[in-house]
Amino acid sequence: MAKHHVNLKVNGDEHDLLVEPRKTLLAVLRDTIGLTGTKEGCSTGDCGACTVIVDGEAVTSCMVLGVTASGKEITTIEGLAGDGELHPVQQAFINTGGYQCGFCTPGFIMASKALLDENPNRSEEEFRHALGGNICRCTGYTKILEAVLKAAEEIRTTA
Amino acid sequence: MRNFEFFEPTTLAEASRLFAQEHTQLLAGGTDLVIGMKALTEAPQSVISLQKIPGLAGVTTESDNSISVGAMTKVRAVELSADIQQHHTALAEGAAEIGSIQIRNLATIGGNIAHASPAADTVAGLLVADAQVDIASADGERTVSIDELFTGPGQTVLAPGEIITRFRLPSPASGSHYIKHKIREVMDLAFIGVAAAVNLNDGVITDARIGLAAVAPTPIRATEAENLLNGNQLTAELLAQAGEAAAAAASPISDLRCSAEHRSEMVNVLTRRTVQEAVNRA
Repeated sequence: MAKHHVNLKVNGDEHDLLVEPRKTLLAVLRDTIGLTGTKEGCSTGDCGACTVIVDGEAVTSCMVLGVTASGKEITTIEGLAGDGELHPVQQAFINTGGYQCGFCTPGFIMASKALLDENPNRSEEEFRHALGGNICRCTGYTKILEAVLKAAEEIRTTA
Repeated sequence: MRNFEFFEPTTLAEASRLFAQEHTQLLAGGTDLVIGMKALTEAPQSVISLQKIPGLAGVTTESDNSISVGAMTKVRAVELSADIQQHHTALAEGAAEIGSIQIRNLATIGGNIAHASPAADTVAGLLVADAQVDIASADGERTVSIDELFTGPGQTVLAPGEIITRFRLPSPASGSHYIKHKIREVMDLAFIGVAAAVNLNDGVITDARIGLAAVAPTPIRATEAENLLNGNQLTAELLAQAGEAAAAAASPISDLRCSAEHRSEMVNVLTRRTVQEAVNRA
């Protein structure tokens, strides 16, 4: 089966790759490019651990064929911090202790980042509902939600 | 996942020609196909992406408020479209029920329908919108009504090479509503789905439409219940009769998710609730 020429722009860096059609975007990011911050959980779209941002929208990268991401701009957890400064949502997860084992954290942070970019003026209930595609098996979500609400507040006040 | 040849045609004619071959699958958003290929329930030799064909995505509203929804429109865009929210509320509500935001940013309305699950969340809303489905192939175009599209679970009237291109929603409803019967708030499949749409003329119901999902081998309209409602003002007694007529139209199965008896009873209950809410909104 023919490999396909794929050009990915990941966290601002261009990658020219030859990719088997059956490789998911998640596999390309982790195995081909070596960005292992994005996690593989269920691999069926149910857990959200593999969430990355493609052209501004959060998607489960385990459901995307890598060949279909050619020419698109992708942001992973590795691309959030700029100039040694963490993104407000990353800092908020640290400050509130919004994680335990940390496996779901990159997915939660990328899903939250997309939500905050779209609209930081959501209620707690709206954030809870909008993060329904991300599963954490350690925490009771309380600290995660606290972190997202703190980040939202920070973004609102500095905007 | 088995390997496959991958094609990205830029015209419908070429996509149709490729898709007319055996052992092929169309790729729209991929949220069903990619998972199916991982599970080996799908093992196509060729996958034909529709993503590079221009003009297949987007919501367009005409001056008479009829709406056209391209098959490659993301369900997140259907959910957030102000025109669909206003004129086909049940469809916007159904789109918002699918998976998570991450999945709705990938999944397309065409894929949700072409996959032909009787439990698809956009199907009841399309039924009560009386959606006309435009289909293209290398031989030309044709249109079928959404209630004539499905022939069984996972089965449609689509012939090899035929591709759904858009859904046309001819007449807006002044009130409509969709209820998904489920356990989890998000990331769940429908036990059943019920949509109702009405117009009101001086308090009298006209154009009543009731769509039922996951209660028969295909999604269906509850036409007897609709006939009971049309030409009448809504009363508690009429609502009860409509609920019973809708339940009688259903032929549900028992499965892992719930029993046939529960499904029948809930068709009755949710028909009453959706019709009442559609009338409230009209």
